[in-house]
Amino acid sequence: MSSTLIERVLPEKRALTTKPRPSDVAFRTVLNVMSYSSLLILAAIGGFLAFRGFGAFKENGFGFITHAEWSSIVGDNGKEVSSFGMGAMITGTLIIATIALFIGVPLSVLTALFLTFYAPERLKRALVTVVDLMASFPSILYGIWGFIVLAPMATYWAKLVYKYLGWIPFLSVPSPAFDRSPFLAGIVLSIMIIPIVTSVSREIFAQTPLERIQAAYALGATRWGMIRAVALPFGASGVVGGAMLGLGRALGETVAVYSVLNIVFKINWHILYGYGGNIASMIVQKFGEASFTEKKALLAAGFVLFVMTLLVNMVANTVVSRAVKSGK
Amino acid sequence: METRVKMSTENTPQPNSLAGVAAARVREPGSAPLGSGLEARGVHAWFGSHLALENVSLDFAAGTVTALIGPSGCGKSTFIRTLNRMHEFIPSAAMAGEVLLDGKDIYASGTDVTRIRLQIGMVFQKPNPFPSMTIGENVLAGLKLAQIKYDGNKDDLMEETLTRAGLWNEVKDRLSAHAGGLSGGQQQRLCIARSLAVNPKVLLMDEPCSALDPGSTLRIEDTISQLSKTMTIVIVTHNMPQAARVSDYTAFFLADGGPGQMIEVGPTNEMFSRPKDQRTENYVSGRFG
Repeated sequence: MSSTLIERVLPEKRALTTKPRPSDVAFRTVLNVMSYSSLLILAAIGGFLAFRGFGAFKENGFGFITHAEWSSIVGDNGKEVSSFGMGAMITGTLIIATIALFIGVPLSVLTALFLTFYAPERLKRALVTVVDLMASFPSILYGIWGFIVLAPMATYWAKLVYKYLGWIPFLSVPSPAFDRSPFLAGIVLSIMIIPIVTSVSREIFAQTPLERIQAAYALGATRWGMIRAVALPFGASGVVGGAMLGLGRALGETVAVYSVLNIVFKINWHILYGYGGNIASMIVQKFGEASFTEKKALLAAGFVLFVMTLLVNMVANTVVSRAVKSGK
Repeated sequence: METRVKMSTENTPQPNSLAGVAAARVREPGSAPLGSGLEARGVHAWFGSHLALENVSLDFAAGTVTALIGPSGCGKSTFIRTLNRMHEFIPSAAMAGEVLLDGKDIYASGTDVTRIRLQIGMVFQKPNPFPSMTIGENVLAGLKLAQIKYDGNKDDLMEETLTRAGLWNEVKDRLSAHAGGLSGGQQQRLCIARSLAVNPKVLLMDEPCSALDPGSTLRIEDTISQLSKTMTIVIVTHNMPQAARVSDYTAFFLADGGPGQMIEVGPTNEMFSRPKDQRTENYVSGRFG
């Protein structure tokens, strides 16, 4: 059995080559340049933020992430005394994004289920167009609408929630100030993430294997029974991925949050209470009139946001592509 | 499997003839007291504007096995899917005629389709257990899907249906394993067990063995003959020896350029030995199709 007894002489493996035609070479070069350019731009932005913000990281140390205070005062001696911490903004960003997911994901999943399994063909096409349109709608318009139309309603809802569920710690408020709260910002964001979560979920649900759907119906399944036993287990990981793509958007959303949220540099766990924070909108608010040192700190904050969204999106893409591939 | 081989050698006068095998299996309608009858009356089926099936009337007496044979595209699969209202599952599909279960039209307005499908179960060409469920959960899936409250002992039901489907001995030690780990033949018997768990009166089988190896095929055929003692079975098959082995009656379908029609139906032994129609004769003798 052993190969030491009989030495098998195998020919050397040949290199498999081909001479590409010039047109192919040219096209390939163009494609390479194009596809690497976006990666390069992304890396350049990240590098720029990290490089310019480095000073702020150095001066404030770990406190840059954990401290809530953000102040820059020019003292009597003309020297700038500053202390920068993103704690309030990071927690605020996460709180608002969580609220957005909490409201937006169930809405989107139910919409996707309706579109896939219930809607008649024509209604389905119309609704898909509308939902996709929502994705391309400028966020400042969501912001204005949120500020003018939604805010009064959200204040009313917040009061209702407080009245009945105020005993839950994070739903309580120190004083009855319900305007411009993280709750309102979360609602606006939840509407903005509906398109992405809906379309990813819809695509996954549409791939539910027909034979499994038939198997369920042939067993006397109600449509709800079929969805619960077949479509939801099949689509679960895709829905999670879609939700994370939504989270990516919710983390980075700027203008809409800026329009509706009362940005205060203080960690606020009371989601109904009228102030909060969000990294992106904080940068917008401060950047125009920032001093040199503060600009550095804002760029560092930008770098933190950059890393957060990049991570979330990468995880989301992996989850989605795995869900599509495995077809579980 | 042992018994199956023995049975056919004992009762078969001409071991190599299909007609001989079938002759051993014929039972008169009504001789089996259990099960129930299914009747198709003037069934037509369309896909969009395309008429796929024209005017099929067929009786399935209680406790009998009826095989539907015919070349591809002859409408036999379409027909079997009209029998438990799976046909309408395809968008643009339409039908005319009546299908009576115990004398009641299953297409009557106000009928709850899910109840119909509980009484008329179906096994598909490709085994399709639910991969997210365990073997045991798959067996009981019908109860959950149709939201039935089952009063009896679920473990007993699981053992009973798996035994009837001829799978119990192979899976009794791994009921909590996922169904995806079973072989194709085992998966198909699991699907049969799953259909049986909701206690249907009729079982429709759409080419249940066409994706299986010969060994698994024989086991499924064994299961079919066991089941036929207690229920009505309709089976679509391309495999004529199989039709001869398992069925009491055979119906021959053909689409001669136009919509599919039923050419002839009769006791299986007669269909294979002395069919009345020349086209049936050509088909069963292997001259076309």
